Amino acid sequence: MPYTYTKNIEKSPRIQRLIDHLYAKMPEIEADRAVLITESYKATEGQPIVLRRALAFAHILENLPITIRPEELIVGSNSKAPRGCQVFPEYSYEWLEAEFDTVATRSADPFYISEETKAKLREVYPYWKGKTTSELATSYMSPEALAAIEHNIFTVGNYFYNGIGHFTVDYGKVLAVGYKGIIAEANEALNSLDVADADYASRSAFLQAVIISCDAVINYADRYATLAKQMAAAEADANRREELLKIAANCARVPRYGAESFYEACQSFWFIQMLLQVESSGHSISPGRFDQYMNPYFEKDLAAGKITREFAQELVDCIWVKLNDLNKVRDAASAEGFAGYSLFQNLIAGGQDKYGNDATNDVSFMCINATLHVMLPMPSFSVRVWNGSPHEFLLRAAEVTRTGVGLPAYYNDEVIIPSLMSRGVTLEDARNYNIIGCVEPQAPAKTDGWHDAAFFNMCRPLELVFSNGVDKGVQVGLRTGELQEFTTFEKFYDAYKAQMNYFIKLLVNADNAIDMAHARRCPLPYQSCMIEDCIGRGKSLQEGGAVYNFTGPQGFGIANMTDALMAVKTLVYDKKVLKLCELKEALDNNFGLDMDSATAERLTKTVAQKLVADGKTLTEEDIKSIYFAVSKNSASDDDKKRYGEILEMIQELPKYGNDNPEIDAFARDVAYTYTRPLENYKNPRGGMFQAGLYPVSANVPLGAQTGATPDGRAAYTPIADGVGPAAGRDIKGPTAAANSVAKLDHLIASNGTLFNMKFHPSALAGQSGLESFVALVRGFFDQKGMHMQFNVVSRETLRDAQKNPEKYKSLVVRVAGYSALFTTLSRSLQDDIISRTEQGGF
Amino acid sequence: MLDNLSVRGRIFDIQRFSTHDGPGIRTIVFLKGCALRCRWCCNPESQSYEIETMMQNGKPKIMGKDVRVEEVLREVLQDRPYYNRSGGGITLSGGESLLQPDFAVALLKACKENGINTAIETTGFANADVIKRFLPYLDTVLMDIKHINSDKHKEFTTQPNERILENAKLIAETAKKLIVRVPVIPTFNDTVAEIAEIAAFAAELPNVNEIHLLPYHNMGRDKYTGLGREYGMGDIKSPTNELMQVLKQTAEQFGLKVQIGG
Repeated sequence: MPYTYTKNIEKSPRIQRLIDHLYAKMPEIEADRAVLITESYKATEGQPIVLRRALAFAHILENLPITIRPEELIVGSNSKAPRGCQVFPEYSYEWLEAEFDTVATRSADPFYISEETKAKLREVYPYWKGKTTSELATSYMSPEALAAIEHNIFTVGNYFYNGIGHFTVDYGKVLAVGYKGIIAEANEALNSLDVADADYASRSAFLQAVIISCDAVINYADRYATLAKQMAAAEADANRREELLKIAANCARVPRYGAESFYEACQSFWFIQMLLQVESSGHSISPGRFDQYMNPYFEKDLAAGKITREFAQELVDCIWVKLNDLNKVRDAASAEGFAGYSLFQNLIAGGQDKYGNDATNDVSFMCINATLHVMLPMPSFSVRVWNGSPHEFLLRAAEVTRTGVGLPAYYNDEVIIPSLMSRGVTLEDARNYNIIGCVEPQAPAKTDGWHDAAFFNMCRPLELVFSNGVDKGVQVGLRTGELQEFTTFEKFYDAYKAQMNYFIKLLVNADNAIDMAHARRCPLPYQSCMIEDCIGRGKSLQEGGAVYNFTGPQGFGIANMTDALMAVKTLVYDKKVLKLCELKEALDNNFGLDMDSATAERLTKTVAQKLVADGKTLTEEDIKSIYFAVSKNSASDDDKKRYGEILEMIQELPKYGNDNPEIDAFARDVAYTYTRPLENYKNPRGGMFQAGLYPVSANVPLGAQTGATPDGRAAYTPIADGVGPAAGRDIKGPTAAANSVAKLDHLIASNGTLFNMKFHPSALAGQSGLESFVALVRGFFDQKGMHMQFNVVSRETLRDAQKNPEKYKSLVVRVAGYSALFTTLSRSLQDDIISRTEQGGF
Repeated sequence: MLDNLSVRGRIFDIQRFSTHDGPGIRTIVFLKGCALRCRWCCNPESQSYEIETMMQNGKPKIMGKDVRVEEVLREVLQDRPYYNRSGGGITLSGGESLLQPDFAVALLKACKENGINTAIETTGFANADVIKRFLPYLDTVLMDIKHINSDKHKEFTTQPNERILENAKLIAETAKKLIVRVPVIPTFNDTVAEIAEIAAFAAELPNVNEIHLLPYHNMGRDKYTGLGREYGMGDIKSPTNELMQVLKQTAEQFGLKVQIGG
């Protein structure tokens, strides 16, 4: 009788108290790690970089303050303050120093920072001048690529400023053999080397670094064992004393040795997950198939009568809470693009085993329960769907969707497995895939996927077709010709493709520059020792140690570009009712539209900040006049009327997202302008580039850098999110929108696609609402859709949350490939979420 | 004889992803023209067979379009994956499909040939011979029984109910599945006694065990304004949840499975 017993386990009262404690205060930036790594780096100059990294990691783990928060059963925190964060000067630091005084008050993801912390960071920062990955990456990049970044064609900011992350390690292996087992493996590899081997120096340094790192982790767990024992001795409450002694016993055993119980496995898992985020600032370190590697421990304890289902659930819930204890501060611009304090720790349940059998188990259901109990953004909870997925499993997942928490995201095995295989992943590894970060599939514990390598704004190259490659007076793009030379649509479309190809090449240049910088300056031995085949090859993940290596940059704006190119084709070339130069004039004048207030406010802020930075003092009057100047359209009434007529012609055309075969076929082709050229490029780790199609939340800030587009999108407004239709343009309901999206080639976008759908809560009411919902997901997947996720919350609720944020502190919404607390998002992103079409009708 | 797929009919809307008009996820095809004029009708643009102009959000919209079976079928087939996964299909609504039998039957036949589940929402107000043409191609009939008292029926719908009740028996005997639907309309039939009469009638019908009580709503109100017509229901409010629960229990006493809403 599968699953029935773990289907509906009650939430223990402890869990809510843990959550309340975690969210009592604004998260805080702490300086300890930055100080410790600087100390260590100063002491190890001249040694091989991989050893220096290991020694720094050990020094940090020896001295980082440790804390056990009230009532915790699973322990280990990398900050004293709940949801606090450490910083990572070895990647970049200048942005944080520049934002010291604004980081606590900015609109997206604010962090408290004390004067003492600022002082400590100011003290260590000078050491890092010239030593960071970002500085080395810049020096590797071509001038053309730097110009393209400067002109916002694409952004590579994520890995430019931070560690890479975006991997899943072999949790199951550490649970089974402990770090003692890994050390033994590294020693064996070390002993098999010959000092006369050509690569002896680099191999032996790497393997020694692995051993140092694993020992550091064992020692760190020992510190927790000692702390728990001390706290137990001072604890008045007998129950809590018992709990602390149990914690002490756990930490003394794991992750040093293999776990012997479900509780030990949970604690061991947590140390791995947490410490990976001390080694580097990379995010999207994804637990992956938690249900698969944890279930054996649960089953064994259950069969032996050593654990109750309720206690096992409580432990899983504790892990879910802890995943929200980890945090990361990003620069203000990136915070807009990855809004919601998210670390994108993607955890997935269900799907197939490596033989192709359904692998849903009791822990899969416990994962769903935990998500319902905790109702927080982390983990980014996902569900694998295939033809053999148990119906009751999907119905239970739909119950989570119905709460409006934006979780889980649904993934289609039937597309992802062949998609990965088309990239050279073996059948068994492909069947074992999990999701990284937002929506990126990979074979776990064998892959360095570099999944969030860039955001590429597909609208900007079209702007450059209209300007013959010139942006703000600079020849950034190719000279593709004057408008009158485009005598056929094919010529116009070819010009767009030429601009695309050119910038894709520059994107590859920029990504590979950053890739090299990480290999040279930040090889990471701890994460590498848990990913095949780093120990075997004797090199870190960053140097190409993984079995599978990819670089996955994201393109977005398919809906806008489809509608835009279709408008050009229909109005200019087929119907001949509009000239390209007239369209260009309308675009340059934003169709005669005034800016909406949110856009005008944002532009005003940008202009004012620039003036202040240039040393100007601004009065309130000055700011008002800037606002007036940016918001009012200065075109004459006659011109406005003409532009308005052009806009109306565009708006009346059929649009992507309405199951129109001709338009959808064209959308598929437009997507190829990004996905196909990328396949031709290689990265320095010996892997290939593979495209993703999703913007995370960058469609808002990058839309703010994009003028009006021929699809009728006003200047500086958001670009369509994911692969879905542009906001408000799908008018034939959810099945029609889903059918359009399904007609894209999702298999070639092997780095992931993202389809957001928004539902009113009433849409999922009752058993029949759940059944219809599951059928919608399955129907979309039958047509080879790859991913689907849902916001189930009413517009009224979201509007009210904007007005009364204090009432909605815990309102979680689906942003992009992840969920976030609505009130922590910037106003413009909030508006974007509200404007995404709300599908009724269930 | 005309090719089945070329038969023409008049519709005013096709609504996809409907989940309240028959089992699963369905596409509803709304046919134009009806013999009844129910005071509460939320689709007044469905009533006249003539093509009309209705103002919607300040813009004129043409209501009514002549189409061939093939065009409708093509759109219906686009959601086949969702029908397969949910047990859904096509539902003919209106207006009244029984008034366009050539078109409606041709469309239903074409759907059955393509393996699509079929349903109809109907007043049941037509000649028995017409109804008999439909039944071989229908998986589910959703039929309104609005009132047992013919005079009151006529007062609120402009037609008496004798033929409807007769047809209900015919359909119940012959159709694969008949579900009785009752629009619960304040001032018309929202009392325990009136609902009990309808439930008693439904329970007597052979093979019928399910009844849907559909609470009145005024969402069609703006359409009357848009058509330049007067809304006959004034400010009447929807029945309360409490009342709906009482009526549900009333109907359940006749051994019927009762659902509130479609």
